[in-house]
Amino acid sequence: MTKDTFVLGIETSCDETAVAIVKNGTEIVSNVVASQIESHKRFGGVVPEIASRHHVEQMTIVLEEAIQESGLTWEDIDAIAVTEGPGLVGALLVGVNTAKALAFAKQKPLVGVHHIAGHIYANRLEQEFEFPLLALIVSGGHTELILMKEHGAYEVIGETRDDAAGEAYDKVARMLKLPYPGGPHIDRLAAEGKESIDFPRAWLEEGSYDFSFSGLKSAVINKIHNAKQRGETLKDEDIAASFQASVIEVLTEKTLRAAKEYNVNQVIVAGGVAANKGLRSELEDKFAQTDIPLLVPPLKLCTDNAAMIAAAGTINFEQGKRAGSDLNANASLLLK
Amino acid sequence: MYVLTIDTSNQVMGVAILKDDVVIGEIVTNIAKNHSVRLMPAIEQLMQEVSLTPDQLNRIVVAKGPGSYTGVRIGLSTAKSMAWALGIPVVGVSSLEVLAYQGRFFDGYICPFFDARRGLVFTGIYQWKEDKLNLVYEEKNISMEEALNKLKKAGEKTLFLSPDLALHKERIHDVLEDLAVLPDGPYHLANPGFLGLAGLNKEPDNTHGLTPNYLRLAEAEANWIKAQEEKK
Ligand SMILES: [Zn+2]
Repeated sequence: MTKDTFVLGIETSCDETAVAIVKNGTEIVSNVVASQIESHKRFGGVVPEIASRHHVEQMTIVLEEAIQESGLTWEDIDAIAVTEGPGLVGALLVGVNTAKALAFAKQKPLVGVHHIAGHIYANRLEQEFEFPLLALIVSGGHTELILMKEHGAYEVIGETRDDAAGEAYDKVARMLKLPYPGGPHIDRLAAEGKESIDFPRAWLEEGSYDFSFSGLKSAVINKIHNAKQRGETLKDEDIAASFQASVIEVLTEKTLRAAKEYNVNQVIVAGGVAANKGLRSELEDKFAQTDIPLLVPPLKLCTDNAAMIAAAGTINFEQGKRAGSDLNANASLLLK
Repeated sequence: MYVLTIDTSNQVMGVAILKDDVVIGEIVTNIAKNHSVRLMPAIEQLMQEVSLTPDQLNRIVVAKGPGSYTGVRIGLSTAKSMAWALGIPVVGVSSLEVLAYQGRFFDGYICPFFDARRGLVFTGIYQWKEDKLNLVYEEKNISMEEALNKLKKAGEKTLFLSPDLALHKERIHDVLEDLAVLPDGPYHLANPGFLGLAGLNKEPDNTHGLTPNYLRLAEAEANWIKAQEEKK
């Protein structure tokens, strides 16, 4: 019988202080997330300085809770995995230095994890991967299509050329004076509105899997502006519905096309925007008409957490990848 | 008792290991290089040199600022997590207090400071009395001008200790004249051995509760508080 592998993961790339322990890369043993949303609400967005400050205050508390919840001891832990990037550098630094201190104190191997690899591997906590697989990553900072032919190997086949989908959501939400974070509010309004405004779809050149959302964002801003000048009133619900329809159509169509072209065995949706109900149901509808299985993680695994970092870190650990004690935070780390 | 000390709160990076009150190893650099990359390798190297393993450590002492926000957080994250994992106490010491140790045999006031830009400094006034370091004026983020005027009024001889002395030397001379004592270079660098000495005499902090000694709010927070007060 082979021994189980337990990896402790740490995630501090934005405004969640998170620690988790995962067994064999597939099973959550404990998963603790301390969110700072309440604190950042005052400022209408994440303030990097304040995020870093919270991480320092929360880190050991969250660590202790994760260990206690797991019922494990340090003896059982095989490795420490930490998000090394991308993200807010000051926030990442707290996690990275914590991980290095733990690895040193307990003499455990240390592995660095790319935040997006974490989002992808959140799905493996639900269902085993079947390669080749296609991952659609949609979050506040990312909109990417990634092809994986094996564990730990990532090929970016499409990415955003300007704004991330989540960024566009945040900006439109601000235009509509919705509270932070705006994405869920747009999703909710969209469900109540009608797609009555024809916003552009950025398909880009033939065959491209890249995305662009800045044109859409400008179109929404112009529409609101012009309507105001003419004294017309647009319903916020309809703006949200029309905006969301444009985003979802492009995301869904490109994902569908790439899935067919690369003949994948699985499609995975990951990142904070994967929690969007409109996007979920459209993807589910479209993929139900194919024989390609679609995996969307449960809501609590879509947003930032450390179980996903531990899951992705388990692969790095098993593949012999190690980080040294000189590991640094890298705000613009590339996924390879 | 083995004590590990960590100071990454300002440009100087210092790591020391003490056996009781005797320093058995020290690494100090004063260069503008990344603390996050260099701290842990320095700790590893020093531990190896003095033939210690992490589980032999009995206490960690960390400089908690004021200083660079990032630097302070690197030091605190490292110290707190390590102490927590090893189940040993952690002690946070003000980075200004560490500097004040270099004035151990000075009778008057000691003014350690760090430049905080736009004419501001982080500073407090200390004084040694009967082998004890006392805080005479609380640590603050204030203008150097205001600090100097206060000292002038106090009329005490004052020893200035700061890695940023060059920036304020002229004004100190102008305002305080003969009251100002300005020693040579090495006195202005925080020493991780003294950090250990300061930490030996203090009650340990609550590991979870230990926070940086910021002395100043983040700008966004300060603006927010101001806006709230204006609303009232
Ligand atoms: Zn994320």
